Amino acid sequence: MRLYEIRDILHAQVLCGEEHLDREIRSACASDFMSDVLAYVKDQGVLLTGMVNPQVVRTVEMMDMKCIIFVRGKVPGEDILSLARERDIVVMASAERMFIACGLLYRNGLEG
Amino acid sequence: MGDVRLTYRVDGGDLLQAGEASSKMKMTLKKLGLPPDTIRRASICMYEGEINMVIHADGGVVTVDVGVDDIDICLKDQGPGIPNVDKAMEEGFTTAGEVARDLGFGAGMGLPNMKRYSDDMKIETEVGVGTTVTMRIHINS
Repeated sequence: MRLYEIRDILHAQVLCGEEHLDREIRSACASDFMSDVLAYVKDQGVLLTGMVNPQVVRTVEMMDMKCIIFVRGKVPGEDILSLARERDIVVMASAERMFIACGLLYRNGLEG
Repeated sequence: MGDVRLTYRVDGGDLLQAGEASSKMKMTLKKLGLPPDTIRRASICMYEGEINMVIHADGGVVTVDVGVDDIDICLKDQGPGIPNVDKAMEEGFTTAGEVARDLGFGAGMGLPNMKRYSDDMKIETEVGVGTTVTMRIHINS
């Protein structure tokens, strides 16, 4: 699945990394606990989270993930976006709640 | 002693900024052309260690030795020490406070994650003196 498809499925707003939306994603994970994300290395390309702070970007960076999706209508500040921009990480915001966002992506073929 | 030695000072106090040293190390390992899987494992180990240093020990010093076969990461702090290392290694056990939890850490996964992704890990600690965690990551293992 490409990032632009994820954007469309979640009716998400792209906050940075618009130029990378053709990146292909094979799996995703969702958590508000960064240590849980760090505990399960697979080939996840996307992190869905309701946690909004710079450590989300750090975690995604360490995991070589390509995109962060903030759910429940949360919008990150400029500090978070500039950190993501420096690392070529795409950031999106969706109004969907976590469970619904995960369900929509899974139903459309994105696995965990 | 490795072929390349990297040293980072980790400031305590500001958990929001933690991870800077791990990020710099990761960029350097990429420049050195190490395999992506090795870099990822080393980065996770160091990042969890760096977060621990900031949460528990008001910072410290990290030394990374990159050799031909291994990366050795040594995190040294002068924090409160770990009274019960076996307990600290249990998944889910934590003494971290609310600030750490608010940022998505403090779930008792830090040390277990470091052990999971390193090939060898040693903890030397003394209550009231400090803690030194050393991890070895085989390159391309």
